Amino acid sequence: MPALAVTELRKVYRGGLEALKGIDLTVEEGDFFALLGPNGAGKSTLIGIVSSLVKKTSGRVEVFGRDLDRDPEGVKSCLGLVPQEFNFNLFLPVFEVVVNQAGYYGIPRREAKLRAERYLRQLDLWERRHMQARQLSGGLKRRLMIARALVHEPRLLILDEPTAGVDIEIRRAMWSFLRELNRRGTTIILTTHYLEEAESLCRNIAIINHGQIAEWADMGALLNRLHTETFVLNLKGRVADLPVLGGYVLEHLDDCTLEVEVSRDHTINGLFEALSRNGIEVISLRNKENRLERLFLDMVEHGRTGEVSA
Amino acid sequence: MTGEPPVRRGRLRRYRVAFSTILMKEILRFSRIWIQTILPSAITTTLYFVIFGRLIGGRIGSMGGYPYIDFIVPGLVLMSVITNSYSNVVSSFYSSKFSRYVEEFLVAPVPSWVILAGFVGGGVARGLVVGVAVTFVAMAFTDVHLHSYGISLLVFTLTAILFSLGGFINAVYANSFDDISIVPTFILTPLTYLGGVFYSIQLLPELWQKVSLANPVLYMVNAFRYGILGESDIPLTTAFGIIAGFIVVLAAYSLVLLRRGVGIKT
Repeated sequence: MPALAVTELRKVYRGGLEALKGIDLTVEEGDFFALLGPNGAGKSTLIGIVSSLVKKTSGRVEVFGRDLDRDPEGVKSCLGLVPQEFNFNLFLPVFEVVVNQAGYYGIPRREAKLRAERYLRQLDLWERRHMQARQLSGGLKRRLMIARALVHEPRLLILDEPTAGVDIEIRRAMWSFLRELNRRGTTIILTTHYLEEAESLCRNIAIINHGQIAEWADMGALLNRLHTETFVLNLKGRVADLPVLGGYVLEHLDDCTLEVEVSRDHTINGLFEALSRNGIEVISLRNKENRLERLFLDMVEHGRTGEVSA
Repeated sequence: MTGEPPVRRGRLRRYRVAFSTILMKEILRFSRIWIQTILPSAITTTLYFVIFGRLIGGRIGSMGGYPYIDFIVPGLVLMSVITNSYSNVVSSFYSSKFSRYVEEFLVAPVPSWVILAGFVGGGVARGLVVGVAVTFVAMAFTDVHLHSYGISLLVFTLTAILFSLGGFINAVYANSFDDISIVPTFILTPLTYLGGVFYSIQLLPELWQKVSLANPVLYMVNAFRYGILGESDIPLTTAFGIIAGFIVVLAAYSLVLLRRGVGIKT
C-alpha cells in the first residue's frame, strides 16, 4: 500500500491561478522521497492539500489507503507536517508547544509529556524546554517543528524545506536524524532547495514545474542520465600547456587549476593516469557543481528530460 | 460498558483529550496575562460603582423598586462577562490565525466542533473568572443577595457562550488587529449600554421601549437581574428563548465557517 497516492489533483486559487494541473504521484511506504521544483511550482500547494491546510479543487488524495474526503481524521492521524514557515505560538514554552500538539491528536497528557521529552531530547532541545519558543535560534525553531510533528508518531512525515536558513552543523545533524527515522520505518517526503540534501538523503524524486510533474524517477536512474560530469582539479605546480586526452576535455581556470569534463564512459582513474603520464600532479579534486542541480536546472529551464551534461 | 463500538469510544476519548487541551491552553493564556485580562474589569467596575452607584446614584434614588446602586449590579456584572468572553475568543483565535498556529489544529484529527467548543470554553472560563471578580467588587459596595443561584448561573453561562461565539465569528472574518476592535466598539458597547444596564426600559417612551426589545443584550441583562434581584422588565421564558435561539444560530454559523475553512484555509 502506498504511503501517499495522489490522483488528478488540481488546485485553482481564487483569482484563477492554477497551482496544480492534475498531478498524479505515488510515494511508497518506507521511501525517502524528494519533491523538488522552483518557487511557485506548486510544491507547497501539494503539501498543503495533503495536510488539510489547502482546499483542493478536484482530484483524490489517499494516505495509507485512507481517502482524504471520506476519512480526513484517519489521514491526519498518520501524517506529520513540518511546514516551511514557523507556525507555533512564539510565546509558549518549548515543552508546551509539543505537549499541546500531542493533545490535539488525542494523546493523554501524561503520555504526551513523556513523548515530548523523548523527542525534545532526540533533537537536543530538552535543556531549552522552559524557554519561550521565540527565544530559540532559527535552526532550533526548525528542530522544534520536527519534534512537534513527530510527537504523535506519524507513519508519513512531510518536511517542507526543513533546513532552510540552518547552519551546516545543524543541517548535518538533521540529516542524520531523518536518515535514522526513515531507517526505523517512517516514510519521509522532503522538499528542499539544497539539492545536495535531496541527492544525499532521498531514494526517489519528483520534480514539479508549473503545477505539473516534470520528472518522477528513482534518484540513481535520474543521475545516470548525466552524459558528462565536470571536475575542478587543483594542481601541484603550474601547467602552461594542456595535453590533449581522449575522452576528457581540459580547460585552464588559472595556471594551477584545471576544469575537466569527463564523459560517462571514461573513469577518474584513467584521467589521473593520463595526467601523471604528462607530468601533471593533482593535489585535490571536487565536483564543479551538484549533479542533481545540473539536472534540475536543465529540466526546469529547458524542459529537457533526456540525457544532459554536467 | 457503554455498548459503544471500541472505535467510537476511542474517537470520543481522543476528542475529549483534544477539547481539554484547547481549553487548558486558553485558560493558561488569559491567566498568564491576568493584569491585562482580569484586573481591568475589576477596576472599571469599581469606578462604575463609585461614580454611578455612590456619587450619582445617591441622587437618583431608586430604580425598579431598588436602590440605584443595587439595580446596576446585575448589568455591570453581565457587561464584564459579555466584553471579556467576547474579547478572549476574538483575540485568541485571531492571534492563532495571524501567527499561523491555527494550523496546529487544522493538521490534527480534531473536528470543527471540538475546536469551537475549546475556544468557547476558554471565553466562558474568562467570563466566569471576571464575573466572579466583579461580583466581589459589587459585594463591597452593596449588600445585594442572590434571588436565584440557578438562574443567575444559567444566564451567566449562556451569555458567556453567546458572546464567545460572537467573538469567534469576528475573529474568522478579521483581517487585521483593527478588525477585532470594530465590532466591540461600534456594536457591542452600544448594545450593552442600551441594554438596560443602567436603567429600566419602563423609563423610556413607548416607541423606544419597543425598539429596545430588538436588543438581545436587554434579555440577558433582565434575566440576570431576575436571578439576582428577582425583578425583570422581560418575562424569563422569553429571555431564555431569545438567548438560546441566538446561541443555536451563532454556533451553527461558526461551524459552517470552520468547516469551509473561511479565513483559515486557501
